[in-house]
Parts: sequence; structure tokens; C-alpha cells
Amino acid sequence: MSLVGDFLTRWRAYRKPGYIYGDEFDGARRDYDEFDYAWTMTIDLDRCTGCEACVTACQAENNIPIVGATAFAKGRQMQWIRIERYWEGEYPNAKLGFIPMLCQHCDAAPCETVCPVSATYHNQDGLNAQVYNRCIGTRSCAVYCPYEVRYFNYNNPVWDAPLAEQLNPDVTVREKGVMEKCTFCIQRIRQAKDHAKDDGRRRVRDGEVQPACVQTCPAEALIFGDRKDPESRVSISMNDPRAYRVLEELNTDPSVIYLKKVDDNAG
Amino acid sequence: MQAEDPNISYADVNRDIVRSLVETGPKYYVTLAIAFGLTLACFFFPWFYQLNYGLGAAGVNHPSVWGTYLASFIFWIGLSHSGTLLSCVLHITNSPWRKAMYRSAEAMTLFSLMVAATMVMVHLGRPWFIHWAVPYPNQMELWPNFRSPLLFDVMAITTYLTGSSIFIYMGTIPDFAAVRDRTTGWRRHMYVLLSLGWRGTDTEWHRLGWAYTFLAVLIIPLAVSVHSIVSWDFALSLVPAMHQTIFAPYFVVGAIYSGTAGIVTVMFMLRKYMNFGKYITKLHFDNLGKLLLVLSLIWTYINILELFTGWYSGTSTEYEALTYKLFGYYAPLYWEMILFCAVAPLLLISTRFRTSFVPMLILSIAINIGMYTERFLIIGTSLSRQYLPDAWGLYVPSLVEITILVGSLAMFVTLFMVFIKIFPSVSIYEVKETLPEPEDGVAEWQPTQ
Repeated sequence: MSLVGDFLTRWRAYRKPGYIYGDEFDGARRDYDEFDYAWTMTIDLDRCTGCEACVTACQAENNIPIVGATAFAKGRQMQWIRIERYWEGEYPNAKLGFIPMLCQHCDAAPCETVCPVSATYHNQDGLNAQVYNRCIGTRSCAVYCPYEVRYFNYNNPVWDAPLAEQLNPDVTVREKGVMEKCTFCIQRIRQAKDHAKDDGRRRVRDGEVQPACVQTCPAEALIFGDRKDPESRVSISMNDPRAYRVLEELNTDPSVIYLKKVDDNAG
Repeated sequence: MQAEDPNISYADVNRDIVRSLVETGPKYYVTLAIAFGLTLACFFFPWFYQLNYGLGAAGVNHPSVWGTYLASFIFWIGLSHSGTLLSCVLHITNSPWRKAMYRSAEAMTLFSLMVAATMVMVHLGRPWFIHWAVPYPNQMELWPNFRSPLLFDVMAITTYLTGSSIFIYMGTIPDFAAVRDRTTGWRRHMYVLLSLGWRGTDTEWHRLGWAYTFLAVLIIPLAVSVHSIVSWDFALSLVPAMHQTIFAPYFVVGAIYSGTAGIVTVMFMLRKYMNFGKYITKLHFDNLGKLLLVLSLIWTYINILELFTGWYSGTSTEYEALTYKLFGYYAPLYWEMILFCAVAPLLLISTRFRTSFVPMLILSIAINIGMYTERFLIIGTSLSRQYLPDAWGLYVPSLVEITILVGSLAMFVTLFMVFIKIFPSVSIYEVKETLPEPEDGVAEWQPTQ
């Protein structure tokens, strides 16, 4: 290939790691299939009861700081997954809707382009990864994220006396001045991949890895898996006619797919 | 076109300007002490506290992760814009009225850039790692993210800072030499070093003129690019009221606008407290006033455009952001900004207003207050109304942030006050160019103590 063509390919690969382009360097985007995995989550809003078990599980699994009442009042709570509540209509005909909001692991993530030090990047699993050690705290990723799911450590985290004993050893504790967000429990994914490798298998099987929120959801509203595997539960559920993605018009290509709530009383 | 008093001789220029360097009254020391004290107390002390405590000391919160630190950063970058840019434009268009004011205007550029760079440090969560944003070779083979508008910022600002430092220094070399020849003691030693052995030969003048014009031409696009790039920090995001193509020209115009107002303020101070009344005259205020008027009109036009695009987009998010800006929590600030930056400057239509010093001072300060508000609103209102209503919020600056803002102003004043005692704040040789040649052809020479 000519120098220019080669340069263009390299440039494209640099711009969008994991994308595959045509052999003839036509620049046509094929798919995200170059990723090893494409971890995806579907959230069935018909099943979600808004119980916030996922929020608690996430807090415990990922050593998320408990900010305390004062910081909470200032709007500095940390919830990698949060339940958004929306009221529709006026009392007495008010309806309450829930939507769990977490990092959408966008394939075209705005936060990744803005970080000046590449502390947030797309890894080979199609995950939007955050390198805490590299973060310098510009907080621009949080501004660029339309889902508002990035949380900043305004202070050093403190756990009251016995709580510090129950920190998850697989997850680092973040210091002040660092941005953090949902990782799809990357420590569990890593572990599952290691097991798969130890077993001499090539790939992680469906259902072998579950983030804490998925594991804990009593209504099984959350399904997690690899959408590259057409047989996986997540692949099947994401083809549901109710499937949609939040703020899809922004072209962020989220990896979290919501299944619309069916309203019996509608229309 | 010459407004300078024709009775000023070459010797007067030398005497007046060298006097401003060597004769220092108690008033100066008191002001410097206050400014420096304020810098320590209001800038470095709260910053130290914030470094220890974490950014929780500031008022920023979950949806509004950016706050006044970044607003101050844009403000200072904006203020830096007029100095060198204006000086360069006027240099290549051969405007003689530039000559008495450009040195202090360029100094303003330099120092506001320095303060802006410090504001970035204050803004960061972990400023001790700021060098990671600079592409330097390291054994980890880690590079910064070249796609990031923040990285463009780092590049643009360092280039602009370097360019304007060289520009102001190069333009001052003949003046350093002039001062060197008229001072004694440690000052002489300092100016010997600073003047780089300038002798005033024809070759030296020729080279200086060439290099000066070259740099002037180079710096103009640089200055325009700097604030365009600063605007991309916002415009490249998806935030409803920020994601606008008008932002680059909007920021550049806003920057030149606030910078020109800043020059008017500085001119007034120099005139009043450094006795440069002979050199900085009504003509300068008149011309700067005309410039301010034009800029205010362009600025107002862009503001109307911004409202129009928001309304015309028809999307609920843009519309919500727009309504919030006009009638929401921060609405009083918005209308204050309109009053100070769009309505009040219309007074400049009157020549009598432009040539009266105190009203010009008041207006210039009002414009800069309005422009600071503009920067605050761009961040404050936009971030508190984004896509998901659940994540709507409110941002109110904390005491630490307000103190640091005051401290940054004090830091600017401190730097500027040190500058006026080291750099001749009115260009000696260029002012002379506008004066009639002395009849005997030899300027009076008097060493000054």
C-alpha cells in the first residue's frame, strides 16, 4: 500500500481503536467486531422496581466512597449506577417511572476524546475504561458525558471504623482529584477471562461473568453479556422490539440497551 | 493625528520614563505590599487549603463539575487577548497612536496569561501531575491525547505565552539600552544584561524592525487561534448550550472586547498614578472607545445569534437551556451582563464620553465585570441544565472560589506593579518617533540617580 494509504489506515486505527475498515482502505466502517468482546447490558424497564439493590451492590463491590450527609447535600454523591425517577402527570393520575442510569460504555464516547492525558480510553473488550492513576482531574469527561454518570472524588474517601475492613481487595480505592465511573465490574471480567484462559478455553462463556448490579437484581431486570455471541442472553434480549438506547440521537453508540416499559393503561 | 504635546522633547521622554523606573514613592510600596499580601492571603492560602482538602473546598458538584476557576481561566485568557494582538495589528497598520500604550498592553497580555495558567492549576483535581498534559518523551511511552481540545489548549497557550514574551522583550531592548545609559548601580547591571549589548547601530535597528514586524504578523493568527481553541473546550462537548459553532468567533470577539476594556483601565491607572498624562492622551481613550463600541456591537450580534440558534433548533434540551439562561436561577446575572456589555457601551457613540477619563474607567470596569459574568454563565447555566432532568443541578461558588478570584486579581496587580519598575512602561524610542526631532540634533544627557 502506498505511504499515504498506510498512513490513513494507521491514523484511523489511532482515532478509533477497534474499528475495522475495508481491506481496500475505503474507510467504510464495518462494525466494532475487532474488539475481543463487546460487553453489553440490557435493562428491562418492565421488570425494574426501582429497589436500588443494584446501587447498594455496586457501592459494596467497587469501594465507592460514602460521602456523608454534608457532601450529599452539596450534590456530590457517588453512585456509579443510580435510579432516576421521573413523574408523569399530575396527582392523582401521577405515574412514576424508573430508569437505572450507569456508564453507557459508548463505542463513540465523547469522554474519551476530551481527556488530555488519555486517562479514559476504549479497551479491547469494548469497555470504556478509566485509569485512575493517570487522571489529573480536569473533569472535562464529566462535562462531555451526556449521561452524567461520571463521578469526581472531591475529597479523599473516608470509611467509618468497621467499614474500612470490608473493602473489596480487587478494586483500587481512588484518591481525591480523580474521576471514576462504572467499569462493568472490570475486575470480574478480568477474572473470568483468566479462568477461561486457565481452562484452555478461548472465550468467556455466556453467564460466566456478571457485574455486581446484574448479580443482585432481584427482578432480573439487568442482563449482561457479550453481544458478539449471537446465542448469548444479552444478544437475544437486545433484539427485543422494545429495545432502545438513551439519547441515541447524539450518536454516542451506547452499550447499554433499555427495554421499554409497556404501559397497560396507555392509549 | 499627533496628539502628543509638541513641546515634549526627546530629553523629556527619557527623563519622564526613566523617572518612572527609578523614583519610587511610598505609595507604590504600600500598594505593592497590599497587592502581594492579598495574593498570599487570598490566592495561595486558599489554594493550599484546597490542595490539602481536595476540590471539595470549591462549590463544584455533580452536574456542574466546572466552576469559577475555569470561568476565571477564560476571563484571564480573554484579558490577555487585546494587548499583544492589538499592538501587533496597530503595528502592521502603522497606527502611531499605538506607540505610547503598547508596552503596558503587552504586559497585560503576559501577566494575564500567567494568571490564567495558574488558574488551570487551581482548577485541576491533581495539579501535581499537570506535566502529563505535555508531550514529553518518557520510558512508559505514554503520550497525551492529541485529540483532546484541552491538549490543543496547552499547546496554544504555551505558544502564545512564548510568542508574546519574545515580542514584548524584543520591543523593549532599545529601551533597556536607553535606561542602561541613564542609570547607575545595580540597575545598570540589570539593564546591561537585559539590553543584550544594544548599541543602536543602523544594522541593529534594521534587524529589530524586521524581526518585530515578522513576530507581529506571526502573533495575530496565534492570538485568534488561542481563544478559538479555548472555545473548543466547550463547543466540542455535547452540552446543549455549549455545543455551538458560533463559539470560536464568539470567544475571540469577547476576548478582544474584555481585553480592550482592560487596556482602558490600565491606561487610566498609568496616566493617573505614573504621571504619563503627556503620553497617554485623550486620543488614546477616543480610539480605544471607538474600538470598544465596534466590539460591543459584534458581541451583541453574536449573543442574539446564540439565542436564535437555541430557539431555532427546536430541540427540547436546547430550548430548556435557553429558557434557563434567560429566566432561570442565573437570570439576574444574564441581564446584568446584557446591561454592562451590550447596553452601557452604546454611550461610546458620544465623543464627549469617549474623551472623558473617569466615565471611560467606569465603563471599562463594568464591561469586564459583564464579561466575567458571561464566562461564568457559559459554564454555570449550561452545566446545570443538561440532557437528563434527573441530573439537573445548581452551582454556587464557595468562599474559597470567590477568595481565589480576588487573589488572582491581586496576583495580576502584583506582577504588573513589579513590571512597571523594571520595564519602561511607555516605549521610549517609539514615542520619540512621533515627536519632532530636536533642533541641535543631540538629546540632553543626564544620568539619573
